Amino acid sequence: MTAAGLIFSNIHDAAIPELTARRTMASIPFAGRYRLIDFALSNMVNSGITKIGVITHYNYQSLLDHIGNGKDWDLARRTGGIKLLPPFITAYDNAVARRVYQTRLEALMGVMDFINRCDEDVLVLSDCDVICNVDLNAVLEQHERSKADVTLITASVDTAEQDIDANAHVLRADAEGRLTDLAEYAGEQGKVEICSDIMLVRRTYLQHVVGEAVSRGYTSFYKDVLLRNLARDRIFLYHYTGFFARVNSLASYFRCSMRLLDPPARKELFYHRNQPIYTKVRNSAPTRYLEGASVKNSLIADGCVIEGTVENSILFRGVRIGKGTVVRNSILMQDTRTGDNVRLGCVIADKDVTIEEGRELCGHTTMPFYIGKGVRV
Amino acid sequence: MFRKKECVAMLLAGGQGSRLYALTEKTAKPAVTFGGKYRIIDFTLSNCVQSGVDTVGVLTQYQPLVLNEYIGTGLPWDLDRNYGGVTVLPPYQGKRGADWYKGTANAIYQNLQFIRRYDADYVLVLSGDHIYRMDYAKMLDAHKASGADCTIAVIDVPIEEASRFGIITTDAENKILKFTEKPKNPDSTKASMGIYIFSTQKLCAYLEEDAKDPASSNDFGKNIIPAMLAAGERMMAYPFSGYWKDVGTIDSLWEANMDILGAHPALMLSGNGWRVLSRHDNAPPQFIGEEAVVENSSVTEGCEILGTVQNSVLGENVRILKGAVVKDCVLMGNCVIREGAVVEYAILDEDVEICANARVGGPRDVKGNGIAVIGGGVRIDEGACVAPGAMISE
Repeated sequence: MTAAGLIFSNIHDAAIPELTARRTMASIPFAGRYRLIDFALSNMVNSGITKIGVITHYNYQSLLDHIGNGKDWDLARRTGGIKLLPPFITAYDNAVARRVYQTRLEALMGVMDFINRCDEDVLVLSDCDVICNVDLNAVLEQHERSKADVTLITASVDTAEQDIDANAHVLRADAEGRLTDLAEYAGEQGKVEICSDIMLVRRTYLQHVVGEAVSRGYTSFYKDVLLRNLARDRIFLYHYTGFFARVNSLASYFRCSMRLLDPPARKELFYHRNQPIYTKVRNSAPTRYLEGASVKNSLIADGCVIEGTVENSILFRGVRIGKGTVVRNSILMQDTRTGDNVRLGCVIADKDVTIEEGRELCGHTTMPFYIGKGVRV
Repeated sequence: MFRKKECVAMLLAGGQGSRLYALTEKTAKPAVTFGGKYRIIDFTLSNCVQSGVDTVGVLTQYQPLVLNEYIGTGLPWDLDRNYGGVTVLPPYQGKRGADWYKGTANAIYQNLQFIRRYDADYVLVLSGDHIYRMDYAKMLDAHKASGADCTIAVIDVPIEEASRFGIITTDAENKILKFTEKPKNPDSTKASMGIYIFSTQKLCAYLEEDAKDPASSNDFGKNIIPAMLAAGERMMAYPFSGYWKDVGTIDSLWEANMDILGAHPALMLSGNGWRVLSRHDNAPPQFIGEEAVVENSSVTEGCEILGTVQNSVLGENVRILKGAVVKDCVLMGNCVIREGAVVEYAILDEDVEICANARVGGPRDVKGNGIAVIGGGVRIDEGACVAPGAMISE
């Protein structure tokens, strides 16, 4: 079975207004050197998918800059490769409706040209707010074996470890793994089986249901397409068991990031079966630790210069930590600079933040202190 | 469609680098890892691109596999061009037989076709085994302004070291009066950096003349430059004052690596709109553990440090396990130092494994201790001891 990919770069942007004010969900920086879309792209590329469409909506300059021609994911290709699909606005229809798409289903309606031009058997649909390293070939095998129209990848989430938001769908299946019920998350506690929003859909089925949805004015892929057709269509679940995180608020972004300081979690995400996570290469120099630097339990990208103390933190590329500065439980994004004798605790500093000498800033793990892009403190 | 290139670079990357011993057993010197995430050739390639030279012939001969694979299409240096870009030029079989490159000049001579193909006015001849950052465009401007047939970049060296280099004596206008290869009694401190710009016609004429002489060693320093000087060609020196290091020996390779450390490193790997471009693995960020100590060191992507690292340069994906100590070392990619092992004053090539409680090298401040060198892929068994200054290869 052959597959092509389709990535939704803006879905659930509203969940993290701080980080998506000037970027897409897809281009939120994560884990020192990645952006969230890298996980969706790498999963596809590692499974041999080389034709990928990226659906954008707004705020997508940072995404264009990150993806470029796709060469860092081996997606700069004569045949296939990466295709950015900006909102499809016609001179007439949208001028009347005065809006571009709002939902997943409407986004699919807008990219039917891309889908119609695919000759692959299956389309892999993926959002960007999910961080995982999944072997899509295994899912594809199950999809073929079960003669499924749709295979939804699910993960079991323990509410004690991560929050689930109302955008998540709780799924139930019969003994064969066939979907029997689907509902928005309504506050269940304990281990909850939720949809990763990564799914395999038979191409001809997708073309058919999107056409059907257009003629009936449907708007929701889950409620109007999947839920209505539980009995008619073959919708199956695939249970994924590796590292799984869903970013749905600033606090959850903080918590997901910090999970990577745990060695087994990091191994699961980055060293899973020769399936590396690719990202845009920046050619930063290696990180320099100076005399007097003290770094413990931290994830550090290249290009940093560290003179102070860093504990339980994540530093992105090009961060500078001044002399006598102490950074604890914080996430400092690309090119953030701290002066000497700064104190930071539970801070998320967006890109290019400057924190001047002697400043002290502190948040809490449940309420990290966020400093916007380019701000000088 | 044909488009002329004003200047093409010919990068000599075929040397064995025999004075690096174990480190060049399986790879050519230009492909040896440097500064954690680079290979030596990255510096010249990055200089070319950032000086606007986009057509580079890389002359390979000795152990070219790693080098060929590394250069690939030239993508990391933006040298994957529709016209020009990087071309690997190995020795080849021609109509009149086949020959290895007999010397630096012969290597270029056998590839005059490449230079003529681009109808280049100037040829920039470079070595792939020097660590430096230089704007060749400025040197080319100087070459053109002076109307020289050949311009040689020179750097001031201490007089006591001058006999290791090709020494150039000039007049006040930088016109070259004399060139002596490794003189016993140097009369100048201007050393040739092995960077030449030739006007193409002159270069071709002298290379062809040199090829006819069976007694010649077909070398730029020994034959071409002296012949041009003797014939009274206009030859100029181009003084350069930045960081430059020939990393042809174990000691100089170690020193150059150490030059990237500190608050104000002697060798800056990026800055002022320049950086070293390189091809590298896509490894996750480095992780520094709860009990780790990392001081005055350079660490790169994929590393995992749970032990102690001091005054060292670490390559990609190096793992230092709990209780291990690494001091005054250069560790190339994928090395593993297991629990309780101590590695001091050493260079470890790629994929070396030092098992638990082994000891490699000795303190740097003990007089007489040399740099221990462990060749690629070597495994030092549990509890084993490698003496200071020892050299071990597979």
